[in-house]
Amino acid sequence: MIHYIDARGKQCPIPVVETKKVLAHGAPGDIIETAVDNEIAVQNLEKMAVQKKLAYEHRTEGERHYIVRIFAPGKEGETQETSSGPDTGRENVCRCNPVETGKTVVVLSSDKMGEGDSALGAVLMKGFIYALTSQEVLPDTILLYNNGAKLSTEGSDSLEDLKLLESQGVEILTCGTCLNYYGLTEKLAVGAVTNMYDICAKMMNAEKVVKP
Amino acid sequence: MDNRKDEIVFCRGGGCTAKLGPGMLGKVLEQIPRMKDSNLLIGYDSSDDGAVYKLREDLAVVQTLDFFPPMVEDPYIFGQIAAANALSDIYAMGGDVKTALNIVCFPENWDLNILGKIMLGGSEKVKEAGGILAGGHSIADQEVKYGLSVLGTIHPDKVFANNQCREGDRLILTKPLGTGIICTANRIGEASEEALDQAVRSMTTLNKYASETIRKYRVHGCTDVTGFGLLGHLNEMLGDVFSAVLYSDRVPYIKEAFAYAGEFFLTGAAQRNRNHMEGQVEFQNVPFEMEEILFDPQTSGGLLVSLAPEDGEACLEDIKKLGLPCGMIGTVVKKREKKIYVKGD
Repeated sequence: MIHYIDARGKQCPIPVVETKKVLAHGAPGDIIETAVDNEIAVQNLEKMAVQKKLAYEHRTEGERHYIVRIFAPGKEGETQETSSGPDTGRENVCRCNPVETGKTVVVLSSDKMGEGDSALGAVLMKGFIYALTSQEVLPDTILLYNNGAKLSTEGSDSLEDLKLLESQGVEILTCGTCLNYYGLTEKLAVGAVTNMYDICAKMMNAEKVVKP
Repeated sequence: MDNRKDEIVFCRGGGCTAKLGPGMLGKVLEQIPRMKDSNLLIGYDSSDDGAVYKLREDLAVVQTLDFFPPMVEDPYIFGQIAAANALSDIYAMGGDVKTALNIVCFPENWDLNILGKIMLGGSEKVKEAGGILAGGHSIADQEVKYGLSVLGTIHPDKVFANNQCREGDRLILTKPLGTGIICTANRIGEASEEALDQAVRSMTTLNKYASETIRKYRVHGCTDVTGFGLLGHLNEMLGDVFSAVLYSDRVPYIKEAFAYAGEFFLTGAAQRNRNHMEGQVEFQNVPFEMEEILFDPQTSGGLLVSLAPEDGEACLEDIKKLGLPCGMIGTVVKKREKKIYVKGD
């Protein structure tokens, strides 16, 4: 589950204190996204994450708008795949680099695969995601947008496969605008919500983009 | 008007945590042309606390200015703290206070009794300092700010510079650290009464007594620890010439600050201080909480004194008699790779 905290306009230590409270009540594997309006607050949040040995990352949404994601401890034996692991030293407090390179990104922009009969397209897409789970090398990230967003929400035939991929460390990110547009925001069943900045950055920085 | 609501707005995390970051300030000051006058013994090129201007061979004036938003809820105590903090700059130079002027920012539609309490607290501290309050200037503003411009006197040969330490000097800190962290915890309702009492006692204590005490010894450098935290002010004191070794178990601090730092009741100012010192401090086996205490911006903090090694013990014994936690925290050494080495247990 993803928890959102809008701590913009609040002075330190309020963003950290609010994030800490949510972390304390969060379930294993939860993600806490805290929006803040200055870099110092980003650094203070990441400082807490380092001390609590939690994975974290941040991105810049715009001027005076930063999002820090902190990953609550996962279930036993599960590791979180992020740009900064929990064991990195405290030197990294201010140096969390959101740019990732050498990654494979799978883009699912539709709930159907290929042009032609739509029933066939749906079957093919389900097959493709199932096939993904049995690959020797898994992708780093799966991006879902437009009709693709329907694959990661309740009622999708591919949920089990996507959950399996996520449990193996694949980052599953669904476009928030799309979920909103289709009225599926509350129905997201696997992975996290993302935005166009992140989608663009993931694709730009990927070594390989796979689009079935 | 709801009084509680007022109080929350009154104290929004002020004191020296409200200072601009040291890096930011340096960039701006670089752009300003420096004026020269041979009688200006200390100006802003040595990042000192105040200006010292020589009038005669045996007389100079010390001039300082300091003001900030409230860091505690009680206006009377805020007035005392703000005044003690402003007066401290004179004491950090080794001077004596003569006159003070109030600097006031206050919302037009607020209860003037609040302002009255602030100024009463301030005036009591000026009186205790042996000075006289001689006027002031006030403007309507959205947020409360208060402080003083202070004039003091000093013998031109007896000015404590803040950048003249020598190799082997002992470093003494005359007040406990942690006031910033405790005020921050208090602002969100997490500080114990005892912790706040200790912080208030420290912040309202004039550095007059410590300053007068250290004048008996061979002091090479002195500054007061305020917004840039202990490490930031020590860094300025060392200049480009020296490094320092600190022993974290000898650094005085208010006990609760350690636990509050562990709860991340940390200001933006502390993080700016950390960023400013990045790469220049080596912590050896020092817990995170202690690191934060060493970076913690202080309001009306103690004097940081660099003095001859032979005088260290005797001076510390004298300072202890003043009643606040204090300590001989380290030694000035030849310049090494890093500016400051902090040794843990």
